[in-house]
Amino acid sequence: MNTENNLSQLTICIHEEQTQLTLADLCRACSIHADEIIALVEVGVLEPQGREPEQWVFIGDSLHRARKALRLQRDLGIDFAGAALVLELLDEIASLRTRLRAMGGEL
Amino acid sequence: MEFKDYYKIMGVARDATQDEIKRAYRKLARKYHPDVSKEPDAEARFKELGEANEVLKDTEKRAAYDQLGANYQGGQTFNPPPDWNAGFEYSGGKSAGGDAADYSDFFASMFGRDFNAGGAGRASPHAKGEDHHAKVLIDLEDSYHGATRTITLRVPAMDTQGHVVTKERVLNVSIPKGIREGQHIRLSGQGSAGSATGKAGDLYLEIEFRPHPLYRVDGRDLYLDLPVAPWEAALGATVKVPTLGGIVELKIPEGSASGRKMRLKARGIPSNPPGDCYVILSIALPPAHTEAAKELYRKMAHDLAFNPRTKLGV
Repeated sequence: MNTENNLSQLTICIHEEQTQLTLADLCRACSIHADEIIALVEVGVLEPQGREPEQWVFIGDSLHRARKALRLQRDLGIDFAGAALVLELLDEIASLRTRLRAMGGEL
Repeated sequence: MEFKDYYKIMGVARDATQDEIKRAYRKLARKYHPDVSKEPDAEARFKELGEANEVLKDTEKRAAYDQLGANYQGGQTFNPPPDWNAGFEYSGGKSAGGDAADYSDFFASMFGRDFNAGGAGRASPHAKGEDHHAKVLIDLEDSYHGATRTITLRVPAMDTQGHVVTKERVLNVSIPKGIREGQHIRLSGQGSAGSATGKAGDLYLEIEFRPHPLYRVDGRDLYLDLPVAPWEAALGATVKVPTLGGIVELKIPEGSASGRKMRLKARGIPSNPPGDCYVILSIALPPAHTEAAKELYRKMAHDLAFNPRTKLGV
């Protein structure tokens, strides 16, 4: 097994809080057209700050949400509104699970 | 190479109609989609399913597969006859799930490794390298105080002969103070190299906490079970509570019931706003090992005339 060392200090940020993305950044990162990102904003999967698409600022979490929504849409044959519902329900299940665990419950 | 029984994977009969195959795929895709599924082997199952669907949903590929597969069982060693797929023409079409690179050797021997490989724009000289993802386990304390941790990742890589080997990659990562479970640390430029003029991709580390002996975590809040003596709960007391920031004193109000939740403000994960630490009282019974202890219990039973089951009507 080879070992590659990279022990110099790396630039770090909490992605969800400190990364900011423009519409163009998101399109590039997801390899999709701006129309699809706009559609994801319309169904509420993504919630950018700013009024017009040119001024939109997305937080880092948007990248994962967008990718997840695109995967769900592609793999399950559902539309963006359906993917938005799935994401919301997944979020809710995740928060219920952590709450249950925090309360000392078992699944 | 193993023969793959795509019909078995999809759970359909060999004479299933295209509609039946489509329905079976949709149903199983919902069950095993890695973003949705809680099944432990969801990712592998979903990949297998995508591959089976890729073949069976396409009448041309299905015909080629059927001709070949008539004499094989799933798991059997498969030796492709030379030029066996000659005479079949594949019109391609967009792949439904996963990357072509993920397909099995069996699939590759039939339809070629390059089949549908990559999406449009992949080959652009300005393309950014792929982002990498990994999960890392840290201690709750690392988030509370901030820390520098050496993290070892296992990365599949290609050696000079083209074999896949596992490389170990050691990174020195500073854990930002206040990071929460499920959040990601982004290491800029630590993903795959980009093509020609493209930037390297990023590496995302998803944070997971090791189970803590004392605290349970809910977002930025912590939960701690605090044992109290019956008299502390009944009469009220000031007791010591361990928090991540050190020991604090907590005033237990008199007449506290077991399960009472008390909040230590801003003693949770130090983000903005900081989380709280919830203390759940749990009344611990002193053991009745000695005659003196037994006598005290008997005295209480006699003097207090306490029925804990009045609400049950008994």
